Amino acid sequence: MNAFDASDLGKRYGKRWALQGCSLSVPAGHVVAIVGPNGAGKTTLLHCLIGLVEASTGGAFVLDGLSAGSPDALDRVAFVAQDAPLYKYLSVAQMIEVTRNLNRNFDTTLARRRLDDLGIRLDQGVGKLSGGQQAQLALALALARHPELLVLDEPLARLDPLARYEFMGVLMAATAEEGLSVVFSSHVVSELERVADYLIVINSGRVQIASEIDELMNRHAFLTGPVEDLDRLSGTVDIVQTYRADRQARVLVRTRGATSIGENWESSSVSLEELVLAYLRDPHSSALRSSNDVVSHVRGVRS
Amino acid sequence: MIIDKVPDLPYGDAVEFVSFISFRLDVKSGVPTYLQLVHQVEHALRLGYLQLGDQLPRVKDVVGSLSINPNTVIKAYADLERKGIAVGRPGRGTFIVAEPHTIGLAQLNALRQSLLRGWLAEARVAGLDENDIVALFASTLQEFIAGAGSATDSGKVKRAEEIA
Repeated sequence: MNAFDASDLGKRYGKRWALQGCSLSVPAGHVVAIVGPNGAGKTTLLHCLIGLVEASTGGAFVLDGLSAGSPDALDRVAFVAQDAPLYKYLSVAQMIEVTRNLNRNFDTTLARRRLDDLGIRLDQGVGKLSGGQQAQLALALALARHPELLVLDEPLARLDPLARYEFMGVLMAATAEEGLSVVFSSHVVSELERVADYLIVINSGRVQIASEIDELMNRHAFLTGPVEDLDRLSGTVDIVQTYRADRQARVLVRTRGATSIGENWESSSVSLEELVLAYLRDPHSSALRSSNDVVSHVRGVRS
Repeated sequence: MIIDKVPDLPYGDAVEFVSFISFRLDVKSGVPTYLQLVHQVEHALRLGYLQLGDQLPRVKDVVGSLSINPNTVIKAYADLERKGIAVGRPGRGTFIVAEPHTIGLAQLNALRQSLLRGWLAEARVAGLDENDIVALFASTLQEFIAGAGSATDSGKVKRAEEIA
């Protein structure tokens, strides 16, 4: 089963394309992180997935082909918007009641139990809760709908390190318990590695990377060697980024099965953060499967 | 991906789950998270914190406390199963069924002495300092593991063409 799909998905606001040519197919059971600079199109993609905005081109589908935003899809998908919007002047108990009345399936007992576990009292005013507690309340309300796909827009942005850790702990435990798929956006690259196992990188409205993280790491490496060998190297591997000094060059490459690179090059592994930053610096490079065999962009190398 | 859900008991309160060990992560170690968990289980077994028949911490408890992806814990437990150390019982959890392969203290001491008097002494005489020794040992070990024993006299790190 797929958690969500997009085929040639695009969204235009006036003359500006917020999202363009986005084709994805993400299997269920993953925790998916959508990463990109501010204004890259992360929120637009998420809003397309939950049917909050209508696509200008192509389509978005959830849970094996349900049209995004259709009644069937809405019952099985939960969404926590940026900054966890809640009614600040209600009590926690009233907030639960409102959410129960606005949804077809809502597990009040589960919501109360989760909040009790977190030490959030029902008679507290929502506006009086800390930022971390408000985020936890929004998450508890979303989880009480027993979604199969949970979509969160920048859930960590306003949280302090401890609240981030606790929020992710609750989210990961719920993922293990309920077997749901999770997709969340973030502009913070560090901290992702431990929670996400699938990564989507969006830059200037286009998808640059969409892959399981393990596979992504296995397919990339840093090579270090003599600068004069760069030309020969660029014929055998896809270079994502080149860092050159007078004598030594270091390149981030996409490896393509067994090719001989030469005696003089040493290889070392790359961290997820280095990898994401390298792609973000160069919006034209792409690690999508379709472009696998195309040496898409070679920088700093004479051809 | 529904894992080790506590069965709803028909009567009374649910049985309180006891966790024998608690995991921690060293983010800077560079060791993959799932391997860190595997090593900690093996270590706990050697030290007696875990014994035959013990249940490993439930996946949801581990991910809740460490704030990590459930698939990481599943991968670690699968690795322990592959090694024959643990076995997963659907709906109940993962249990210790064997102890990791280990050697006696006397044998360990003998190996230590041969390293000290043999190789390390030679390296010192040849003029290697501590950093040289660590680097040479680490790279040779890597080759040894990769080539399953076909260690050569080259002290270079893994060549690029091997992984490309």
